[in-house]
Parts: sequence; C-alpha cells; structure tokens
Amino acid sequence: MPASLWRIGVWGLLILPALWTIIGLQRGSLGPDPVEALMIASGIWALRLLLLTLAMTPLQGLSGWVWPLTIRRQLGLAAFFYALGHLLVFAVFDQNLDPAAAWREIVEHKAVWLGMLALALLLPLAITSTRGWIRRLGPNWKRLHRLIYPAAILAAIHFGFQVKADLREPLIYGAILTVLLVVRLPRGWQRGSRTPGHTTIS
Amino acid sequence: MARLHLPLIPSGEITPEPVYLNRRRFMQVGTAAVLAPLLPSAQAADPLAGLAPLSSRPGPFGANEPLTDIAAVTGYNNFYEFGTSKTDPAENAHTLRPHPWSVTVTGACAKPANYTLEDLLKGQALEDRVYRLRCVEGWSMVIPWVGFPLSSLLGRFQPTRNAKYVTFTTLYDPEQMPGQRRSVLPWPYVEGLRMDEAMHPLTIIAVGLYGRVLPNQNGAPLRLVVPWKYGFKSIKSIVRISFDETAPTTTWNRAAPKEYGFYANVNPAVDHPRWSQKRERRIGELFRRDTLPFNGYAEAVASLYQGLDLKRNF
Repeated sequence: MPASLWRIGVWGLLILPALWTIIGLQRGSLGPDPVEALMIASGIWALRLLLLTLAMTPLQGLSGWVWPLTIRRQLGLAAFFYALGHLLVFAVFDQNLDPAAAWREIVEHKAVWLGMLALALLLPLAITSTRGWIRRLGPNWKRLHRLIYPAAILAAIHFGFQVKADLREPLIYGAILTVLLVVRLPRGWQRGSRTPGHTTIS
Repeated sequence: MARLHLPLIPSGEITPEPVYLNRRRFMQVGTAAVLAPLLPSAQAADPLAGLAPLSSRPGPFGANEPLTDIAAVTGYNNFYEFGTSKTDPAENAHTLRPHPWSVTVTGACAKPANYTLEDLLKGQALEDRVYRLRCVEGWSMVIPWVGFPLSSLLGRFQPTRNAKYVTFTTLYDPEQMPGQRRSVLPWPYVEGLRMDEAMHPLTIIAVGLYGRVLPNQNGAPLRLVVPWKYGFKSIKSIVRISFDETAPTTTWNRAAPKEYGFYANVNPAVDHPRWSQKRERRIGELFRRDTLPFNGYAEAVASLYQGLDLKRNF
C-alpha cells in the first residue's frame, strides 16, 4: 500500500472517536448532560492517544515491526487535537467564553492547571512535528520531544483529579503509563553506555 | 519621520456596555438555539411506568422554573450503592426491594421503635414540592418531589432535649445494592442534620416524584430532600433515624474531610478544592448559570447560620 494511502487510513481511524461522539450528540444518545459527555470523551481520548503514542517505540522494539514508528507522529498529533477539543469545550460551555472566569478557574484549581500545563507542553511538539522542523532542530528535536513524558504524566494526574471516589479508571491509565515509562529505563542506560548506534527514538 | 495613523473611533460609535452585554447574551442564546436540536429529547419509554400514582396537594416553596426532563431525573443519578457512573443506578436499582420496608428509630427520643413504612406514612398529607437540586459536582435539576415535611415525621418520635442532631442511614445489603460490594465509600451511607435544619419547613421526606411513587434509583421508598444543601446530603433509601447529642461523621466527610463538610450548604463563594462552585450547569441547558447562595433559598434558611463562618464550616 502506498504511504499516503496508509496515512489517510490511519487518520480515518483516529477521527472515529470524534465522529462517534458527534453522531451521539446529534442522536441525543450522550445522556442528559451532553457537555459533560463531550468533556469526558475528548479528555479520555487525548490520554489514550498519548499512551498509544508512547507505546509505539516499545512495540517496535519488541516486535521488530516498522509500522509503529510510521504512525507515531499521527497518534501524537491526534492526541494534541483531542486535547485541544477538550480545552475548547471547557472554554465555550464550562466557562461561557468568559476569559476572566476561565483564568480564575485555571489558576485557582490545580486539577485544571495541570491539564492546561499538559496541553501547553504538547503545543511545541505538535508545531515541530513536521519534516522541516525535524531537520532544522537536529539532535535537539529528540530532546524537545521528550516533553511528551511530563505531558502524559500531567494528563494522567489531571484525570485522577476529576474523580470523586472511584479511582479505578485513573489508576488503570496510571499503571499503563508507568509500564510505558519503565520499559524505557534500561534502554536509556544501554544507549548511554554500550550501544551508541542504537536507533531509539523515544 | 513616518507618521503613524491610528484609526480614531468617535466615542459615540463605541458600543455602549449594555448593548455590548446584550450582544453577548444574544450570541449565547443564538448559539444555544443552533445547538438546541443536539440536546437529547425526552425518551419515548415512560421512565415511571409501573409506579403507582400518588395523590398530593400543592405545597409551599415551589420553584417557578421549568422542570427537568423525567428521563434525566430518573436516568442521571449519583447513587453509589448501585455503581459510580450516572447511568448505573437506573440500570442496576431493580434489585432493590422497597416493599416491605421498615425504619429503626433510636436515640434521644420518647418513642424509639422499629416502624413499618405504612406506620410512617399514616396520616401524612402528601405535598408537591418543586425544588432545585444542586449537585456538588456542578450540575443542577428542578425536580417535582412528592413528600411531607421531615418535622412532621420527627415530631411523632418526640425527640428529647438531648437531641441536637439527627442521623440517617441508608440500607446496607450488598445483595440488593451491588455497588456496596466494592468499598468506594465507607458503607453504609450516613448523613445528618442539625436539629434546627431537620425541623426547617423546607426539609422534606420524599416518597415520590412527578406524581408517582419514587423510582428505586431515586432512593425508594423514602429519602431526604434538603434543597439548600449539596445533593449528597439528601440521603436515599433510609432504614435508620437516630437522635444524637453530637454531630455524626457523615459518609463523604469521612471519605474526604477536606472536600466535603458536615454542613455542605450550596455556596458559590466557597469552591470545592478541585473545582469551582461559582456556576452550575442546569441539566437541559448548554451554558452554565450562576450558582445562588443556599441554592436560592437564602431568604428561608440564611438565618440558621448567623454568626457561623461558612468558609470554615463548608
């Protein structure tokens, strides 16, 4: 399959959760509080896609397949777009497009500013995800894109903060994230000591 | 030297603030109108099917606001005894058996006993009470309850002078309430009121809504409704009432003491540590509206808290 077709197919998959939610909105099947449903769907998919992005490198390492690395950029971008949608719903429906109220909400509640910080960290990564930027930044590109680690950690904590008592779901996401971060540790040591030519793109 | 041309707007052409505010309002309403078809409409199936109608007379304190859709009132609930998602109670509460039912009355009163539901309801004239309900999570509803003042129930048990607080307990039975198999909260659910709050005419025991017997997921067969407090104070499926000298440790207060206080009065000036309480989303509306002190019942209840620091006693 030609690369461009493959890429279109991946985007087609990545847009499905958004499409599904919009159809649900139209059919009225999102429940009595559709705004809350939009907040949850956009936020949870941003986090899921971040975790998927982080899973691609270990998956490639374990399986030897190349395709995980070819779709990694799209996954990361999609995570950013879902997070952006999350912010948009927050700004429009939760804060009634009132900048002063939104600002108060962000500075007064760490649950909110942790999420904002996560999105802020993803912004430069989304901007520099193009071929041109990869070339221009050289080795610094890889360094910059390690910001995905703190961003994912912040996003997971932000999710945990939304829950009143039932921490099951945030803990599952937290556990997956921990695994994805821990499997990177030995590789980091290896690269530092013995295998300088190893092509880890983390 | 280059001259800088600033477009000068005559002051008369600057939009006056009331007009500007009107435009904002117009845009909000306009957006709402465009998005309105996206809001869920009433479900075809009757959520109250099979529940007996109740005869009641109009009561005082009616909120003159559009009622929240039945489907939302009976399908969007926090009742962790049946699961922690909003749709769990409607899906799982069919295992609750509200008949036969009895309530144990105990503590500082002249007539402690085990009362059947029929005993408790005997002679109680049922009233319609349309109340706002404000959840601590930041959403609200307007619900037409059917019930009677709590004071007329408590009076029968003849509380003594030592009765400073009244404590309510929800049924504990993991067979009927499968959510209790997990300890998301310390079971059984316990709530309480100061005696003067309990005897206040706004405080009711609800046995129905929308003119019918209370659906299981809304706390059948009898529940508390305290409209000026966050929803979690309005304890459901009550099996025990106790008159006490000291304030009980209530369930949410025990689970997270820094987040949920004993009083839990609706107060836009005191935020939840993790989110704002300044505004709320009325279910059925897209944008948030301002939350009112004591959920709009300040005139009736603010005097109960004179001299009390509401920031400390949240």
